[in-house]
Amino acid sequence: MESAQKYFKTIRDIPTKDYFAPGHRLCAGCGPSLAMKLAMKAVRMPTVVVNATGCVEVSTSMFPYVSWRLPWVHVAFENTAAVASGITEAFRILEKKNRGKIHDVIAIGGDGGTFDIGLQALSGALERNHKMLYICYDNEAYMNTGIQRSGATPTGAATTTSPAGRVIPGKQERKKDLIGIVAAHRIPYAATASISHPLDFINKVRKALEIDGPTFIHVLTPCTLGWRYPPSQTIKIARLAVETLYFPIFEVENGKVKINVRVTKPRPLEEFLQPQGRFRHLFEPENKNILENLKQQIQENWNRLLKLEEIGVYA
Amino acid sequence: MSELKQVKKMALMGDEAVAYAVKQADVDVIAAYPITPQTIIVERLSKYVADGELNAAFIQAESEHSAISICLGAALTGARTFTSTASQGLALMHEILHAASSMRAPIVMAIANRALNSPLNIHCDHSDVMNARDTGWIHLFANNVQQAYDLTLMAFKIAEDPELLLPVSVNLDGFILTHSVEPLEVLSDEEVLQYIPHVPYPYRIDFDKPLAYGVMALPDTYMEFRRQLYEVILKTPEVFRKAADSFSRISGRTYGLVSPYLVEDAEIIIVALGSTVETLRYVAKKFRQRGVKIGVVGLTMYRPFPEKELAKILENAKCVGVMDRAYSYGGVGGPLYTDVLTTLYKNGIKTLAADFVYGLGGRDFKLIDAEELFKKLINAIEVGRFDRDIYWWGVKE
Repeated sequence: MESAQKYFKTIRDIPTKDYFAPGHRLCAGCGPSLAMKLAMKAVRMPTVVVNATGCVEVSTSMFPYVSWRLPWVHVAFENTAAVASGITEAFRILEKKNRGKIHDVIAIGGDGGTFDIGLQALSGALERNHKMLYICYDNEAYMNTGIQRSGATPTGAATTTSPAGRVIPGKQERKKDLIGIVAAHRIPYAATASISHPLDFINKVRKALEIDGPTFIHVLTPCTLGWRYPPSQTIKIARLAVETLYFPIFEVENGKVKINVRVTKPRPLEEFLQPQGRFRHLFEPENKNILENLKQQIQENWNRLLKLEEIGVYA
Repeated sequence: MSELKQVKKMALMGDEAVAYAVKQADVDVIAAYPITPQTIIVERLSKYVADGELNAAFIQAESEHSAISICLGAALTGARTFTSTASQGLALMHEILHAASSMRAPIVMAIANRALNSPLNIHCDHSDVMNARDTGWIHLFANNVQQAYDLTLMAFKIAEDPELLLPVSVNLDGFILTHSVEPLEVLSDEEVLQYIPHVPYPYRIDFDKPLAYGVMALPDTYMEFRRQLYEVILKTPEVFRKAADSFSRISGRTYGLVSPYLVEDAEIIIVALGSTVETLRYVAKKFRQRGVKIGVVGLTMYRPFPEKELAKILENAKCVGVMDRAYSYGGVGGPLYTDVLTTLYKNGIKTLAADFVYGLGGRDFKLIDAEELFKKLINAIEVGRFDRDIYWWGVKE
């Protein structure tokens, strides 16, 4: 692994303090819950979490219980980046006026709340250059409402609104290039991460928090119910996503691309797809073209990323 | 003999008067999105910030939905927050208006009242705020530019009262008030900050005392949250009176929940909101000179609805005309009419009543229109009934 593990060099460097408390209502084997636990390990000073409506929000704030040991705010689905903008700017002006203390602001949204309904608020916040970190936990569909397709759902995946039908076998469209969109705002730092690579992820969260400006982390978080695999396999599936090049781990720092997990001998994509019920139909002979299409997209993405790293710009 | 106070006078448009009040309030965070006819408010505020006259974060959001969301986030930190909008902008904010009141965020918002699309129209009516009627916000209405200034200052006092902690809107009729230059008396900066000093928000975001905001509540607890909103907003009249009393002491201008005019012995009373109240007063005075017992009552506060105060004024009326600058399509009448009818019924007041839907999309309501309307009310008393209950006044039929 090449990720700059500057802040936490080994697992032993990770603080034992958990700001994300156990006892929440997320599923056994839930990928997003692990992402939350890990992200909160990187907290460095007074911090507030702003959470979009979604799995994490509903499962960690059921009145009268709450799973956050720091201030936590939820307002709605599509406005998390805006609420976070208000909080971070308010703290800065209040500190200037001696009426408040600056907090780190971490906004957290799922793929629906980020790729789709919250994209406008996110773009506005990135353009306005607020000091805040936005973490998108991507489980590739609207899992909270029962597995509907989102802009993050990959080609071919079956969801309840892109079912594997006899005529239309799963989602026909490709996954949105979110990091591409985010990086196009020319923010100082954007990165991908996976819960299978915890040190890389935690270091990226800390690194992002240290930067004075808008930063963004896109973390892949498999969903046992939506992806249809046994709960014990979450980390393995996340790792296979990286090792098959399905989800490359890289960062874009001041416009420069750096691949953090350099996969020299990629595993066949089938190893990632086959254990997941959402892709089962892709192995039917009549859907071979979809499988090929997905493989081609993934290879193109990786080749593009290598080129971007080589030329040193992401655009 | 007490020393005469030096009163500062200015000539400002309604939008400018609001911006001036917000500047004097030493607001911390302003977030807004441009929309006619409120744009001048944020233009002036951004200039104050750019020139160093106001130490605030001025954030031009990428939409009104984000503008109100920014204000809500900022308010939870204890910052004094302001936004302004109109029409479509308020409609786009709608979802978050509910969250702002239930999360007890004391945001102040100016609404430059404007008609809703479609057809597209930039002129005055009250369709925008009436859409926001049931959101748990306190809604105040200005009759003129002086009131737009005064009510903006009072709005901060009311919103941030620890008894309430509720968002407040100050409504000023689009163009009619927003773009009309009127003379007004303003307070000094010191007087304003004495009136509305920064008070710590009791539930502010603080890492050392972590709280969760905007949690999930299921059927076993949700209703109790909503009950709190029901109860707290009913404390507004008392808080308003306190805010008006202390404002009166420094300004000499007195505000009530309702503003009655020539109603003492009135047989005919007209109920209205916004700038039209002044038109109606002018014409009422002329009719009084002719011996017609007619009066006007404007509502300074529309939500919570000043039911008791209004009932007291209407209890001896023989005929009530209600001015609605918005409509509830398919409903029993315009929103104000429905509220007035309910007030009459609940308080056992038997009187003739009719709804006058007027001025939609900026259709002028002239003195002659008011005179014709008054004649209709006089006639209703004479014949003992109205020929219909809902009139679209001034519509081309």
